[in-house]
Amino acid sequence: MARGRIRAKLRKSHLYSFCLFRSSGSGGQSIGGPGFSRTVYCNEPQVLNQKPYRSNIISTTKYNFFSFLPKALYEQFHRVANLYFLGCAIASLTPLSPFSPVSMIAPLAFVVGLSMAKEGLEDWRRFMQDREVNSRKVHVHNEEGGFGKKTWEDVRVGDVVKVEKDQFFPADLLLLSSNYEDGICYVETMNLDGETNLKAKKALEATLGLDEDDNFNNFKGIIKCEDPNPSLYTFVGNLEYEGKVYAIDPTQILLRDSKLRNTEFVYGVVIFTGHDSKVMQNSTRSPSKRSRVEKKMDYIIYVLFSVLLVISLISSFGFAVEIKYSMPVWWFMRPQDADEYYSPKKPVISGLSHMVTALMLYGYLIPISLYVSIEVVKVLQATFINQDIQMYDEDTGIPAQARTSNLNEELGQVDTILSDKTGTLTCNQMDFLKCSIAGIPYGVSPSEVELAAAQQMANDQEDQGELKTLVASKKEKAHKSPIKGFNFEDNRLMNGNWLKEPTAARIMLFCQILAVCHTAIPELNEETGNYTYEAESPDEGSFLVAARELGFEFFQRTQSSVFVREKYTASGKPIEREYKILNVLEFTSKRKRMTVIVRDEEGQILLLCKGADSIIFDRLSKDGKLYLEDTTRHLNDYGEAGLRTLALAYRKLEESEYTAWNNEFQKAKTSIGADRDAMLENGADMMERDLFLVGATAVEDKLQKGVPQCIDKLAQAGLKLWVLTGDKMETAINIGFACSLLRQGMKQICITESGSEDKQEVKEDILKQITNGLEMIKQENDPHAAFALIIDGKTLAYALEDDMKLKFLGLAVECASVICCRVSPKQKALVTRLVKQGTGKTTLAIGDGANDVGMIQEADIGVGISGVEGMQAVMASDFSVSQFRFLERLLVVHGHWCYKRIAQMICYFFYKNIAFGLTLFYFEAFTGFSGQSVYDDWYMLLFNVVLTSLPVMSLGVFEQDVSSEVCLEFPAVYQQGPRNLFFDWYRILGWMGNGLLCSLIIFFINIIILYDQAFRAEGQTADLAVLGTTMFTCIVWSLNCQIALTMSYFTWIQHVTIGGSIAAWYIFLLIYGALSPRISGDAYQILVEALAPAPIYWQTTLLATIACTLPYMAHIAYQRCFEPEDHHIIQEIKYYRKDVEDQHMWTRERSKARQKTKIGFTARVDAKIRQVRAKLNKKQ
Amino acid sequence: MTDTDRGTQRDRHSAFSLFTQQSLPACKPVLTPEWVIMTFLFIGFIFIPVGLVTLRASHSVVEIVERYDIGCVPEPFRIDKVSYIQDDSIPKNCSLSFKVPKYMKAPIYIYYQLDNYYQNHRRYVKSRSDKQLLHGQNEHGISSCQPVEVNNDRPIIPCGLIAWSLFNDTFTFIRNRAELKVNRKNIAWKSDRGHKFGKNVYPFNFQNGTLIGGGKLNPTIPLSDQEDLIVWMRTSALPSFRKLYGRIEKDLDVDDVVVVHLMNNYNTYSFGGKKKLVVGAKCNK
Repeated sequence: MARGRIRAKLRKSHLYSFCLFRSSGSGGQSIGGPGFSRTVYCNEPQVLNQKPYRSNIISTTKYNFFSFLPKALYEQFHRVANLYFLGCAIASLTPLSPFSPVSMIAPLAFVVGLSMAKEGLEDWRRFMQDREVNSRKVHVHNEEGGFGKKTWEDVRVGDVVKVEKDQFFPADLLLLSSNYEDGICYVETMNLDGETNLKAKKALEATLGLDEDDNFNNFKGIIKCEDPNPSLYTFVGNLEYEGKVYAIDPTQILLRDSKLRNTEFVYGVVIFTGHDSKVMQNSTRSPSKRSRVEKKMDYIIYVLFSVLLVISLISSFGFAVEIKYSMPVWWFMRPQDADEYYSPKKPVISGLSHMVTALMLYGYLIPISLYVSIEVVKVLQATFINQDIQMYDEDTGIPAQARTSNLNEELGQVDTILSDKTGTLTCNQMDFLKCSIAGIPYGVSPSEVELAAAQQMANDQEDQGELKTLVASKKEKAHKSPIKGFNFEDNRLMNGNWLKEPTAARIMLFCQILAVCHTAIPELNEETGNYTYEAESPDEGSFLVAARELGFEFFQRTQSSVFVREKYTASGKPIEREYKILNVLEFTSKRKRMTVIVRDEEGQILLLCKGADSIIFDRLSKDGKLYLEDTTRHLNDYGEAGLRTLALAYRKLEESEYTAWNNEFQKAKTSIGADRDAMLENGADMMERDLFLVGATAVEDKLQKGVPQCIDKLAQAGLKLWVLTGDKMETAINIGFACSLLRQGMKQICITESGSEDKQEVKEDILKQITNGLEMIKQENDPHAAFALIIDGKTLAYALEDDMKLKFLGLAVECASVICCRVSPKQKALVTRLVKQGTGKTTLAIGDGANDVGMIQEADIGVGISGVEGMQAVMASDFSVSQFRFLERLLVVHGHWCYKRIAQMICYFFYKNIAFGLTLFYFEAFTGFSGQSVYDDWYMLLFNVVLTSLPVMSLGVFEQDVSSEVCLEFPAVYQQGPRNLFFDWYRILGWMGNGLLCSLIIFFINIIILYDQAFRAEGQTADLAVLGTTMFTCIVWSLNCQIALTMSYFTWIQHVTIGGSIAAWYIFLLIYGALSPRISGDAYQILVEALAPAPIYWQTTLLATIACTLPYMAHIAYQRCFEPEDHHIIQEIKYYRKDVEDQHMWTRERSKARQKTKIGFTARVDAKIRQVRAKLNKKQ
Repeated sequence: MTDTDRGTQRDRHSAFSLFTQQSLPACKPVLTPEWVIMTFLFIGFIFIPVGLVTLRASHSVVEIVERYDIGCVPEPFRIDKVSYIQDDSIPKNCSLSFKVPKYMKAPIYIYYQLDNYYQNHRRYVKSRSDKQLLHGQNEHGISSCQPVEVNNDRPIIPCGLIAWSLFNDTFTFIRNRAELKVNRKNIAWKSDRGHKFGKNVYPFNFQNGTLIGGGKLNPTIPLSDQEDLIVWMRTSALPSFRKLYGRIEKDLDVDDVVVVHLMNNYNTYSFGGKKKLVVGAKCNK
């Protein structure tokens, strides 16, 4: 422990002084001016003249206790349909109403109440989440002089807080000091920008002394700084302390939601609290998203409103005419006593007031319960998504979560997926897998790509013995020791066996480079006695682990030296070696290499270099190319296997040579001026040449579990995947290879900026590249050719400008995969918007970090990866899953189902309300357009709420065209969603037409049968009540039979809801008929006495029901036989159990379904198979 | 296998888990051609017998329809039928006769049919009070009867337009100079008689106003026995409708000549409505 403590006390900052290229912060000149008015009195938050800044309470709720009712009501009546029903409810209190007020108001109250309850519940959850954050505890300096625990919400501006290791900062703080003497602390900003590497922050020299609790009793200071703003990377301000003024720059600012790491504690002064903090300023209210289907539904509602208006106009015109010409002679109506409404003297007024009546009467055309049914259905669908055990991550215990239920069906229509890389596709963990040393390849573990290819081949050609061994080795792989970052297996090198290799010296050199050429810090794991490494990049970490496992354990770093313990030596005893570090030439994306110059114990100066192969190969000396040919071949193999490769080289330096160079280099380093960077680069370049190639490493970027398979399935489902990453281009391309977005033989179109100063020139250059790319695609003849577009952030900035973006998009759409690297969070959002608006198709953005929030909010659907520590992405997302691979199930299964469910449900809703509503209209023509309803008020009330709601909801919640397994086996079925086959106007109008037909059939069958015949055995004829009830019975039967035909999946629930709805109608009639006639009126005893004993009632029901459903049945039968859709075919195969009996056919159908796929694992495996076959043919 | 694993394994098979995983056992009928053909054939199998039975039943019915609204207006009044019908001083009796085309089996149903009469008009349909019909003398709850709720500040029983416009043509049937008795009982719904029209409610203040609508009621008979009214109060669904008038409980033979004496009281002339007498019965022996 003591040792660790000492090491921690080492002035780590010195390590970073090696850094070559440091950006210099900009000073603040305008403090006190507009926009820079904030004044913070440190350690005296109670100072009177302190401006009342916002408290540290955060609230992300939509409503509060008082605003809930008005605001939620406003939201509800924002919908046209609800507003219309509100108007109806009000009008129902006047004599104009064709119904009793309760039959208008009750459904509305029910519907609105339910929606509001749902809103309230959701907001309550947000409130609880906020409360959890607000009640976190932090140590705050109090008046008594000590530090006491306070909740976050009580933290005020000016408070001095003490934050301990692995805690989040409660507000934006000015760093005063840390447990390190030089005031360094490390923070993890994953929640802010998604970057996982630690960032160093450094306190001002002046405040370094304040590193004990007691030192703060007399601490006073004034901070003057900028007003709250959302810029994460800038800060302008100064600190007045002990009579002096110090400038504060962003390196002293600790931002809320970032986390203290590798540092025991820090002290800081609160500058921005709560919603003033940068992260909160950055968060925009997540926009309310509506799905495409729902937007279209609005149009349908408008169409229905138009129909409503038209038939109301016809009706009121008819009424006015009847009033004017017929009413005077209808003596039985006492026209002379009529009020204005019926007065023949004022037919215009009658007509107008009848308009109101008609609008209410035909209101059944607009399905009042549609919105609420959809809402309920979606909540249930969301529950199923949450409950899905196959999207439950057993390791982390986190299930998938639908955070909003609005977008379920949108999941089924996704066209383009925009994915973050780090933490989403990859776990950001590298495994050292293979290496090539001195022209000999080591490492037998196969990579994921190789494994899959081998497996596929083995399936296809049973006689390939060579391949079988590869597959077999996979099985062995299962029980190997799990070392994080190390998956290397080769007895020639392990356990010190390398000593026996003929090239032992080279191998040793190789390991030395791995162990020395880095910037990592070792940490002793107290439990295991092993060292873990805090490295800048996971690659570096994996190299160190590999070096350790091979016997070169890097265990200590001081200001100037690196210590390595060699486990296997010729003598057999471990020795510790010290390497004095002379220079570190850091890795940058431009240089693509890293070099350290060290002096070993013998005094020999060595230059150790690792870097991208192309760069290293250019810098080899003549002798250094000894292994070049072999290594290149191995590198190609590794690349094909989807591994990240680096070449390692070294050079021995003479003392004099080094000194001469170092002098030059130091001079450049201390120089000030614009060309400093160029000079440094030149200096480095001078030294890194005449290298000797030692070997190459191959690291597998550990993809998250199942990512390649998932991408494969998504590709087969016809989805396009864009990767937007903040990473370097090479990393991005490597990942592209690893997850099969890219493969050998795919034509890569790289668009990069030329580096020219002139903006115009750069733009023209980029435009030219885009045009060339398009040209290339056009000229391509091979139908299997696939293109990949790779573009970096700077170039993207130009490509996203208005005049170029459409052209860029045009190119991107043509490419099978698109990778954008080095993009900022804002660019991610911009790209998302471009895709969304440019293609007009549904986009889904998936990411895990706060840097993805913009993208997640911008996309039609945002998916957050939960389970990692940052919750920003999840909070902004619409759905969260804990691993990328669950996206497959989320989209291909749930999305597909939900889309079809909702689409069918909405279509059916319109169908049923048209079928019902229009019968009311036809009847009007037979009542002199008087507004008399043919049905009892109660029938109407129950129609939407009880008698037809549950089956359609069970359709919406449970319907499955094909089972989830089949969905996954035939991802191509997913295309029905993006192509919108189930909710296009053709289908919608078809359903509406079906509704019209149904209404005509039911109405006229009933009218013709019942108008003058004796209805009962005793000779009585049918009256209004009998006709209405019979007609209504026909409607209940027809609509429920219709939905049974629509469904293709019947569990007991469907049986119960459909059967129950029909039964409910008869039960209702019984009960209603048994009530006192004062309530039931003419419906008293109607079923028992009149309808049930009359055979004609049952005959009519049968005839109308069959006549209504027969056209639809004929239609679907015809469609299934002659124009089948994908799911029809699959259903039929399944139905005849062909998949079991005829495996061959099943497989053929499956491979047919994925023919067009150009990216993904399968496409790649196919390519690999082609290649191996070619090889085999050659051999034979 | 750990405990939790086993737990999920078990869960996977429980009914609840089948439900949450959306893998409940389901029947998935597929409309294969066989099924479609079978269904259509099945529908045919059901409908053909039903149709045959219905057709036969329909053929076994004889129906005589006699329109009398014009024929019953004496020639001189035919130019202004409205003033004829409204003039109480002119006797309204009239007779017509028909020959029985087929054997008619008792009971023979007698209907009157009105055309172009909007008994289903909203103003008309609403103008009644079920409460009053059942409970009688109650001044409340008759506001729905507008515009026929009170006369001389006293409530009308039964109130409302429907009752006020009660149909009041009467028919007597004579065969071979002997009157055929028409049974006017049990023409209304039993439940209406028993539960909707009060046994202790007597017509009161009815047709006492300046405007006389249709028929009058015997104030000594309770509403529950006024079957004409009860039948009339079941408003028709369509503007052309038949209502049961009574039954003749004797068979009629082929070529019997039946003379109908009728009182042509009811005014359909002002709105051009037709009045018909319909006599119907089964014809099989």
